[in-house]
Amino acid sequence: MNFSLSLLSDPETVHLLLTGISVTLRLFIGALACGFVIALLLTAANLIPSRVVRALISLYVEYHRNVPTVVQIMVWYFGMPEILPKALKLWINQGNSEFSFALIALSLNVSAYYYEDIRSGIKAIAGTQLEAARAVGLSSAQALRCVVLPQAVRIAVPPIINRSLILFKDTSLAMVIGVTELTYQVKRIENITFQTFQIFMISTFLYLVISLMIALLGAQVARRYPANFKR
Amino acid sequence: MYDFISTYGMMFLVGSWPGGPIGGFAGTLILAALSLTAAFPIAMLIGTGRTSEIGIIRHLSTVWVYVFRSIPLIMIIFWAYFLLPTMMKTEIPPFWTAVSAIVIYESAFLAEIIRGGLQSLPAGQVEAARAMGLGYFQTLFTIQLPQALSNMIPSLLNQFVSTIKATSIVYIIGVNEAAFSAQQINSIELTGTLRTYLVLAMFYFFICALLSRVAKMLEAHLTAKRLGQAA
Amino acid sequence: MIKFENVNKWYKTYHALRDINGEVNTGEVVVVCGPSGSGKSTMIRTINKLEDIASGTIRVQGQCINDKHVNINQLRAGIGFVFQHFNLFPHLSVKDNVALSPIKVAGQSKAQAYEMADELLEKVGLYAKKDDMPANLSGGQQQRVAIARALAQQPPVILFDEPTSALDPEMVGEVLNVMKKLAADGMTMICVTHEMNFAREVADRIWFMDQGELLEDTTSNAFFTQATHERAQKFLADIIH
Repeated sequence: MNFSLSLLSDPETVHLLLTGISVTLRLFIGALACGFVIALLLTAANLIPSRVVRALISLYVEYHRNVPTVVQIMVWYFGMPEILPKALKLWINQGNSEFSFALIALSLNVSAYYYEDIRSGIKAIAGTQLEAARAVGLSSAQALRCVVLPQAVRIAVPPIINRSLILFKDTSLAMVIGVTELTYQVKRIENITFQTFQIFMISTFLYLVISLMIALLGAQVARRYPANFKR
Repeated sequence: MYDFISTYGMMFLVGSWPGGPIGGFAGTLILAALSLTAAFPIAMLIGTGRTSEIGIIRHLSTVWVYVFRSIPLIMIIFWAYFLLPTMMKTEIPPFWTAVSAIVIYESAFLAEIIRGGLQSLPAGQVEAARAMGLGYFQTLFTIQLPQALSNMIPSLLNQFVSTIKATSIVYIIGVNEAAFSAQQINSIELTGTLRTYLVLAMFYFFICALLSRVAKMLEAHLTAKRLGQAA
Repeated sequence: MIKFENVNKWYKTYHALRDINGEVNTGEVVVVCGPSGSGKSTMIRTINKLEDIASGTIRVQGQCINDKHVNINQLRAGIGFVFQHFNLFPHLSVKDNVALSPIKVAGQSKAQAYEMADELLEKVGLYAKKDDMPANLSGGQQQRVAIARALAQQPPVILFDEPTSALDPEMVGEVLNVMKKLAADGMTMICVTHEMNFAREVADRIWFMDQGELLEDTTSNAFFTQATHERAQKFLADIIH
């Protein structure tokens, strides 16, 4: 049990750690943003009065909520290249294909949860607010956009923050396909330096601190955009 | 596809049993059920500790919950893989390493479910029990837990679903479960990876979707019962 | 038997109990009345320490309850408490609710405890419902079971915190009848209530509280005919319409 922090004075270790943190954060923020946009698109798509569309959305959500995230990543990285058109494959392989596929998998995964959270928010508001909006003459679409959605998104903030914390932890799953995020780097550093205890302590501390920061940031957002609009 | 299922179906379901250790989906379920059951007593301690009147117990429990909910499961698995053989002075089979890691991980989430269940009881229940002269533990075991546990069942079931999904990562330390079987099949087949991983996904999909549905029905049933009682 | 000496309590900056002084003797029935928010419930809940006090002493059978070495559970076991919202344990049957305290606190055998439960349920008129679950009983029936549950502690005193306020009007009578019987049997009772007819019939003394102060502490007759404090007079005028 080596309680020193000698690794932090080793430039190679620090470099690997910083790369790891950078990749983790890029994966996290990227998936959060893409996932949220996709969730909004799904919310809009759910309005289309087509049984088929609704069933497809339902299937999409159920798939991404019931299949483990790491399996979803595996399906994308190991499986999808089989069916992707050649041109697309070449384009993806030019960049960091592992990162790209992990990003896609995580974005789709979290989008299903965000979509459900937004929908719960809408269901909580819909009823009387929708009636009131229609009563003052707004159309269905206007009512949704100007009255229901702004309130629904605010109600959805706490569960979305909760899910985002889980997303942050899920970025570590990308290491199984070789994405050089923090956990991957930890393993690498361990293999190089054999200072297992030290590097585990440092990385655990990093995960705790970043999780805490995300939680605090989320609490700030929740306070500035409260569900009952109380200033 | 039919040939694929008939050749590898058993491998997905039970691994190389009876010719070898039990694995595949059976392994997944055993791992999940065992871990969750073992985590329960710890979660009870932490969950009741969270509502304790004694400051130090309350603070330690809170720290436990926040720490183990902020670290990715992979990190906990690495810790277990590294610490357990050192502490127990002997080799630990990957299965038990995985169980230990998942137990610690799940204890934090279960503790919160238990805390929620205890706090959802009407305050008058604890008051009436204490007014009679029942002590802290008497109140906990004869009045609070019997009522809280039945309310918690849908949440516990949902947590079981989460645990099943969480087990999918332990293949990286060589535990025999569903994802591990998929990898083995892949190394035999060498092609059709998409099909292999989609079948894996489907296994998780069906069992998790089924259990989630049951949990939802139980929740609706309990809410109806509760509203019926209040009326 | 129960004595308040200069008792004060604050909720943050709100002075909930102001210098309460009063005494309840053995066998007395004391009714505590007053407008809402006057501190009546708070005061009665300080007796079995469901609420704490900031200063002053409360003595139960001579013992100061704020002493460090007072065993809270023992103290409470010796005081019966009936809540406004009954607070029966929904997962236990009626007879289990009543027998719980004798078994778990007094350490009686199950046979003894259930025998006592039968007697007490008979006394409150609910022997027939002893195997039912609380959810199947009406409000008035539940409250009578709650009274039987308090009696099972064989306490020297029973406290009632607005026992009929949560009941539909037609059920108030059945609960008050049980309470009248208890009073006639000589039980020491402190009762926070708005039922002034009950007070007139049964109470030995009336305590009138307003805004945290104990303004009147007189015999029941004296209160209704010659209440001296102007707020008490206003209260009486308001309720007797």
